[in-house]
Amino acid sequence: MVKRLAVVDVDRCVGCQMCMFACSRRLGLGGYGKSAIYVRSVGGVERGFTVIVCRACTSPPCAKVCPTGALRPREGGGVIFDPSKCIGCGICVDACIIGAIQWDSEKNKPIVCVYCGYCADYCPHNVIKLEEVSK
Amino acid sequence: MNYGKVLYIDLTKRDFWIEDRSELFERRIGGTGVALELLKENIDPKCDPLGPGNTIVFAVGLLTGYYPMASKTVAMFKSPLTGNLGESHAGGRSAIAIRMAGYEAIVIKGVSDTPVYLVITDEGVRFRDASSLWGIRSTITVARIIREVEGGSGIRSIIRIGKAGERLVRYACATTETYRHFGRLGLGAVLGSKKLKAIVVYGKRTLPVNDVKLYRAVYDEIFKLAVETELMKKYHDLGTPINVKVLHKIGALPIMNLTRTSFKEVDKISGEHIARSRLGRRVACSHCPVACIHLAILREPYIDEPYFYKTTYVSYDYEPIYAIGAMLGIKDTDGLLRLLDLVETLGLDAISTGVVLSWATEAYKRGVITERETLTELDWGHVEGYMKAINFIVEQPNQFYRDLGMGVEYAAKKYGGLDYALAFGGNEMPGYNTGPGAYLTYLTGARHSHLDSAGYSLDQKLLGKTLPSPEELIDMLMKEEAWRQVLSSLVICFFARGIYSAEKVSSALKALGFNFTEDDLRNLGWEIYREKYRLKIELGFDLDKLRIPRRIFETETPHGKISKEYLDRALEYFKKKIESMIS
Repeated sequence: MVKRLAVVDVDRCVGCQMCMFACSRRLGLGGYGKSAIYVRSVGGVERGFTVIVCRACTSPPCAKVCPTGALRPREGGGVIFDPSKCIGCGICVDACIIGAIQWDSEKNKPIVCVYCGYCADYCPHNVIKLEEVSK
Repeated sequence: MNYGKVLYIDLTKRDFWIEDRSELFERRIGGTGVALELLKENIDPKCDPLGPGNTIVFAVGLLTGYYPMASKTVAMFKSPLTGNLGESHAGGRSAIAIRMAGYEAIVIKGVSDTPVYLVITDEGVRFRDASSLWGIRSTITVARIIREVEGGSGIRSIIRIGKAGERLVRYACATTETYRHFGRLGLGAVLGSKKLKAIVVYGKRTLPVNDVKLYRAVYDEIFKLAVETELMKKYHDLGTPINVKVLHKIGALPIMNLTRTSFKEVDKISGEHIARSRLGRRVACSHCPVACIHLAILREPYIDEPYFYKTTYVSYDYEPIYAIGAMLGIKDTDGLLRLLDLVETLGLDAISTGVVLSWATEAYKRGVITERETLTELDWGHVEGYMKAINFIVEQPNQFYRDLGMGVEYAAKKYGGLDYALAFGGNEMPGYNTGPGAYLTYLTGARHSHLDSAGYSLDQKLLGKTLPSPEELIDMLMKEEAWRQVLSSLVICFFARGIYSAEKVSSALKALGFNFTEDDLRNLGWEIYREKYRLKIELGFDLDKLRIPRRIFETETPHGKISKEYLDRALEYFKKKIESMIS
């Protein structure tokens, strides 16, 4: 079953960044340098937050512009990333207008959500969840 | 090394450099333990707190960025309010941002001749001209401007001062993420004296883990304790303002300059009432699932234009409600929120501001000072008068308000009314009239904060029981203060102290490759406590000069009237203990 990470109710977000830390911890790391999910305020914390993560487009622009095929469309939506093909050009980052492709400056490659849902388990306020993609 | 990087900034020379202090972090685990060493190394103990010789240290801990709720930043400096050691803790994004930028501590020395703000990233420091920000009244506006011109949206911390810091009000705070503060002991004035308007910090780093399996296991235990048990419940439901009614009920809420402890209108300023009628949003510090920051909605009509409103989010917590609400006899909720918002805007410490004004009100009503000094009528519950007075503390239109800006101890020594000037060690009193434990904490705690040794909590646990001897009480307080040095060195939020037991701290550190047994940790707590008190004395603190305001013997506590003999005996014993500890 194909899954994606859904932002269910962004108005419940308190800006704790637990999801960002979870995403890097999934890789056995502290901090949030490798996180594919990103939270920021919409102009001061009093105005609330926005949660930025790959929404698994059915026709992903990032894959369309990837010159080496490192990002290829996943069946049911979203992309699969093959770092061995990536040349670090960064064109995918510009192609994603919602800003969901983060950049790993240590490896000079994109960071894209793998739709595992690890972060959602640590969201204390039910802002995000892993859901099945409806056909 | 993946830890122990200290960023040194010299404002006089506009220079910066980085040093590896991993040995210091291995010994002292961060925060308080590290900051006090860095301060000692970089300050002339005899310096003027508002002169070029003062140094500011910010430090985070070894657990920061790894585990939840280890998200405080410890600031240390020489306090312009008390004249000795200043230590203040703030949350928001500050601690995570400092560590993610690649540092575990920042040391700021010297003084700039023109206003500056700093941008700190993994590439070092940019000194930016803050001339166009200087004089901006509001801490909120300053950040709004900086947000537009600097990077790091979402992961940055913007630590800044308001007009109070610029005007060197001795209890000006430094604000971060709009609603969190290095509140106490005047860091805002020290920043103002250095012409340092703001510090922007951000970065995106990863931190290596020694034992990934153990790390995830310990993380999950801490996470579950935080979200699935009752340990943090009071902080996420009503938040700290739950204490307003709890303390009022037992007669421990100081009201109208501690002339009384019961208040007919207490409901109007209670956590329950504000949550029910005005709670608009809750937000969290970075890496904390609790979200204890409660923001109330204040809706104010403009009087000059119909159907025109201003809507403001106002942060409210127990201590500001005590100081700005109960101590000033405020009985309407919107009035309280307007005063809190003004204090926030100007960048004042809410506790000190409230206590200073409650003294001024009593002195005014007794005729010790007159309207010639106050320039406005001061009376319990009169919001408009207090709105003016708070502005005057910052604008300083006359000598009286310049004196008020020095703190209540200074003002009362000059104008009279020292018996009811509620400062301990020069620091205005926190909101717990719970009994002798609280007052001994204010007197003996290294920061004169209720959180130092938590006598307020001990008092409440001892309700209905016979008090221990003064010596036993001091022993209990000192033991608590020693352990809290471990928590504040790891910059663990004190609200999470029930989660981070010695056992939990030990295993959390172990997963990262640091071996401390529970006994090692407890011994380290005593070492840091001892070194902190040594530094406090070196910077000018004198236990023999402690003043006890007579007022605290006049008003009942839940343990009855405080006995002077009890306090004197306790202090005598404390002095002996400290002397033998530091000699």
